Amino acid sequence: MNAIIEVEDLHHSYGDFTAVNGISFRVHTGEIFSFLGPNGAGKSTTINILTTLLPLQRGRVRVNGYDVRKEKKRVRESIGIVFQDEVLDGDLTVWETLEFHGRIYGMPRAERRERIEEMLKLADLEEKTEERVKYLSGGMRRRLEIARGLMTRPAVLFLDEPTLGLDPQTRYRIWKYIEKVNREGTTIFLTTHYMEEADSLSSRISIIDHGKIVITGTSEELKNSIGKDLIYLETVNKEKASQIIGSFSEVRGVRDSLRGLEVSLEADGQRFLPRLIVSLEKEGVEITSISLKKPTLDDVFLHYTGRELRDEGPQGKKVAMRRRRGR
Amino acid sequence: MNTAFLTVYWRDMIRFRRFKPMLFSTLVQPILWMAFFGIGMSSNFDRFSQFVKLPPGIESVDYLTFMAAGVIAMTTLFTSLFGGISLLFDKRWGIMKEMLASPMPRTHILWGISLSGVTKALIQAALIMSFGLLIGVKFFSGYSAVEVLISLLGIAIFVTVFSLGFLFLSAGITMRLESMEGVQGIMTLLTMPLFFSSSALYPVEGFPSWLRAISVVNPLTYLVKGIRYFAIGEDFFAMGTHYTYSIYDVLLSLGFLTIFALLTYLFAWVTFRRACPGEGFGD
Repeated sequence: MNAIIEVEDLHHSYGDFTAVNGISFRVHTGEIFSFLGPNGAGKSTTINILTTLLPLQRGRVRVNGYDVRKEKKRVRESIGIVFQDEVLDGDLTVWETLEFHGRIYGMPRAERRERIEEMLKLADLEEKTEERVKYLSGGMRRRLEIARGLMTRPAVLFLDEPTLGLDPQTRYRIWKYIEKVNREGTTIFLTTHYMEEADSLSSRISIIDHGKIVITGTSEELKNSIGKDLIYLETVNKEKASQIIGSFSEVRGVRDSLRGLEVSLEADGQRFLPRLIVSLEKEGVEITSISLKKPTLDDVFLHYTGRELRDEGPQGKKVAMRRRRGR
Repeated sequence: MNTAFLTVYWRDMIRFRRFKPMLFSTLVQPILWMAFFGIGMSSNFDRFSQFVKLPPGIESVDYLTFMAAGVIAMTTLFTSLFGGISLLFDKRWGIMKEMLASPMPRTHILWGISLSGVTKALIQAALIMSFGLLIGVKFFSGYSAVEVLISLLGIAIFVTVFSLGFLFLSAGITMRLESMEGVQGIMTLLTMPLFFSSSALYPVEGFPSWLRAISVVNPLTYLVKGIRYFAIGEDFFAMGTHYTYSIYDVLLSLGFLTIFALLTYLFAWVTFRRACPGEGFGD
């Protein structure tokens, strides 16, 4: 398959702090590729380097065949960007916003005007053409930003946390919209810290944490890599329990998790669970709680990093607040 | 030719027209200066200058006419110094990032903003002259139609070159700073000494030598000189001072302003080339 983005051994640091610590990946033409990771993992730094907004310190990066260090202008011509923070002039109309964008990208007038009509239709903003941007809802503004990113027919569209701070309904509409854009042939590079977003949209996902790629694959591959089904079990006697569980042929692995044991299975957990409980009780291991679930990307993240993705801490809140204040 | 700067200009002019209170104050402020400060001061100064002995047969230019040139210069200075501030809004709302991420050459942002600043300054200059003539400013007295045209053109050139110099400076400073307070502080700090050490409101001939020295390197002095040459003439008396300008003085003044503009352009150019929008954004 053709790689439209090639990244090899990318490093980036701000002073002493290493934000990106040697990552390599490829994005194939036509796919939706996601970077999934908590805030501070290095997602935005990576996207800023790929889009030439940050200088390349170390590593090799090619976008649409162009070197981001030497062929900045070509890279810029090849891509569309939707920034994490809202980037809109509230005092311009929807039409002027698109017209401005088309002009600074040097689109000829006829093509520009035609493309604006198409974009308004795609973003479902035809009724709002003459409306000032500040009077649009949050979802409309986001759709406008995405439409603007697409206006110049980029080879790759970069979306940095496209649904940050939006309500679930609006988020769902934006997802549908991104899928539509992708079906029409645009390769999409997306960063997100929402597991559902990466799961429902992406062709392939890289999980990124502390500036490193932990694992890359399709959502199915990532989930299967930690087992068909997962059992979370809490008990006082972890050691003995893990010994017993490990003796079953259906069990692929047993790990210590935050509150108890994480058991990954090769087989159907629904049939296995009763047998497991019986045999644990027979050996005198007291079970405080037990649950069976299909692995999610959250579990995948937990499995590989030992931390929960949802555990954002205060930093996550700060980012969300900054975005709201910016409106 | 890449015309992206015209796009930046187009957007800035839309904003100029759209904010009615801003538009109103930009246009009315210089007129208020003329109406209140101008008339108030001239009624006093003209009384004093009656006592100054002039060579026989020569009539002094009245104060209102003398200071009208100064008000044009002052307005141009204010508008230009604060002209770069729109870049701060662009930075705050992220439009700067949109522009810097586009294939457009970065210097076009500077050109576009400067072009719109010059446009505003020229509109204001035209307004002050029109209003001034209405309330009794004796610009272009005894000029033929052709001479008036040449004078208008001359004034426009001086205003443009001077305005560009301070727009570049303002844009460069604004690009380096993050806060509105910082930018406004610096600009306010600059306007006071520039304005009062120039010959905009009074002759510099009576200054103590240190203030005189400042006025010599003050670009505003040269703008005022240019405007007075074209609007009043090459030889006149005002406020008890004899003014004579040769064409060389005028060309020298324009040269000074051009060099000033080139230097500030260099400063702004370096700043824009270094601008790195990715720093401090995201995680």
